[in-house]
Amino acid sequence: MALTTYVEAIRQGIWEEMEKDERVFVLGEDVGIYGGAFKVTAGMLEKFGEWRIIDTPISESAIVGAAIGAALMGMRPIAEMQFADFISCAFDQITNFAAKCRYRWGAGVPIVVRGPSGGGVHGGPFHSQNPEMYFVHTPGLKVVCPSTAYDAKGLIKAAIRDPDPVIYFEHKFLYRRVKEELPTDDFVVPIGKASIRRPGTDISVLTYGAMVYNALDAAKELEREGIDLEVVDLRSLLPFDKETILESVKKTNKVILLHEDTRIGGFAGELAAIISDEAFEYLDGPIRRITAPDTPVPYSPPLEEFFLPKVSDIVYVARELYAY
Amino acid sequence: MNVKDINPEILARQVVPPTRLPPDQTLLDLLYYMKLTRELEFRIERKLYRQGKIVGGVYVGRGQEAIAVGSCINLRADDVVCPSHRDMGAFLIRGMSLRTILAQYMARKTGATRGKDGNMHMGDLKHNLIPFVSMLADNVPVAAGIGLSFKMRGQDRVALCFFGDGATSRGDWHEGVNMASVFKVPVVFICNNNQYAYSTPLERQMAVENVADRAEAYGLPGEIVDGNDVLAVWDAATRAIERARSGQGPTLIECKTFRMTGHSAHDDAGYVPAELFEFWEERDPINKFERFLKERGIITASGIEDLQKRIHREIDEAIQIAEKDPFPDPEDCLKDVYYEES
Ligand SMILES: Cc1ncc(C[n+]2csc(CCOP(=O)(O)OP(=O)(O)O)c2C)c(N)n1
Repeated sequence: MALTTYVEAIRQGIWEEMEKDERVFVLGEDVGIYGGAFKVTAGMLEKFGEWRIIDTPISESAIVGAAIGAALMGMRPIAEMQFADFISCAFDQITNFAAKCRYRWGAGVPIVVRGPSGGGVHGGPFHSQNPEMYFVHTPGLKVVCPSTAYDAKGLIKAAIRDPDPVIYFEHKFLYRRVKEELPTDDFVVPIGKASIRRPGTDISVLTYGAMVYNALDAAKELEREGIDLEVVDLRSLLPFDKETILESVKKTNKVILLHEDTRIGGFAGELAAIISDEAFEYLDGPIRRITAPDTPVPYSPPLEEFFLPKVSDIVYVARELYAY
Repeated sequence: MNVKDINPEILARQVVPPTRLPPDQTLLDLLYYMKLTRELEFRIERKLYRQGKIVGGVYVGRGQEAIAVGSCINLRADDVVCPSHRDMGAFLIRGMSLRTILAQYMARKTGATRGKDGNMHMGDLKHNLIPFVSMLADNVPVAAGIGLSFKMRGQDRVALCFFGDGATSRGDWHEGVNMASVFKVPVVFICNNNQYAYSTPLERQMAVENVADRAEAYGLPGEIVDGNDVLAVWDAATRAIERARSGQGPTLIECKTFRMTGHSAHDDAGYVPAELFEFWEERDPINKFERFLKERGIITASGIEDLQKRIHREIDEAIQIAEKDPFPDPEDCLKDVYYEES
């Protein structure tokens, strides 16, 4: 069977939901004729017509605001941000309007706001950001960050069907680099469930997004030294899978928290607090964080390489922690 | 949009023709900077990018050179420019060196942002150039604030702020232009209306016919010029700059033009009807201006050839230097997030 790329998996997920449910539609910049800057919506204009694949003006705030309005009237909009970096232009609509509707007056806002995030492609400070934590800090939103083609498809479907606003970050580095065989039947990946990518006994690496692959590469390298990493792919950051996280920590007793996002206020800090609160007595070593430094994402290759967490960082920290 | 939708008289009907001419030396400077812009961007997009020497995105302003060049040439050194992503001429006229620009595109330590940012995201307070951030129209409220500071301190300085037609759909654009007009600050807003924003044609971007129509809502003059006529741009900008300098407030100038490339180096612009490219190719701003200068006897054909040779030489030299320039040290990643005592 043919392998499906991560980007194609997202496209399939949207396509199938649109075929099944007339309320689902896409709006965003260059999503129609052009099929999206990264071709996530390629071919959809021809299939679904210009009122379900809507090319908008360059107005991120209006894209999300209009999605909210349509959702309140019973539609299921998917709002594309051409790059996740530009979600800042829609911040107010997402965090104030969408996120607080249900809490204030009981109305659900079933929108999906999706866009490519992450670095590694020399996009510089405005085409490489990982903006997830702005939204993880906003009660009322859900935030997902798939790392595999299977999850990309399963999570976009879950996000579209979800009764609440979901922010869906697609890692652009993975778009065409990651592929796998996908089942032909309809499947979803539930929001809020982690996945153990590699079971192990010595150290838990809790991570998400493109860093899952760095963790797996590190695990392969450490295997030769007899260090057995367990790689947990969080998949959803809000809500997150506390049960799987704690179970893993209780099993391995040592933990590395890894993300591409910057350090202060990153998800690792939250995880460290939870582990300390609820599994402290199981720990046999300090909780270690591996993250990007607290700087913007730089453009020049040597700077960006320095910025992004590397396999060698994980190997180094894991050895140290193993010996602890 | 197809060709039959373009009223060939559109320019003649709406556009304010130039009312005066600059001195001969300025005419020659205009030609030099337009040709320098074209050749530099050609090298960047068609040579260096394809040779893999530039990583990341490349956006050029081919066919739009008259806009930045015609509007910036008359500025004083203490005026401020906020360019957008197709305004290479602004950097050149403001005195940013070819080597600095090329090093920026090649991600070197000697580039305008020392490798921190790429391509046209360049700036330097030394040249009174405010670098662009990708979020379109973010520079518009900033320009209003620059104008505000001039006004508060009684300085007769002016700020020029550039953007595309698509950028005028953002809320920040409207907030910035409105505030500039309410405070009557010395800012000239210059739109390169190249008819497309990425793949999105103008009529999908706005329900008014002209970007300049937006000015009325905010109480500032909106003028339309042929953006492929450097003299028309020069004239309109000169008047708007004088107006701003003399305390009469901001102006919006819409320059009608066309993007003669894809959105960026990876986009083949398959969505643009070929006839549109042909229509605008005939109106190429550099060819048009060269014809004018030759007719007037201001430059000869061989004079133009010499100029082209000089430009080639200048760019060749700069590329040679920039290519040998070092990349930043990896640890530079951590520098300059905040003020550091040196
Ligand atoms: C807020 C924001 N949304 C989307 C983009 C992606 N983007 C970059 S350039 C561009 C088109 C810009 O069109 P226009 O303003 O007309 O300028 P042009 O490129 O035509 O000169 C888009 C959509 C962006 N940079 N910023």
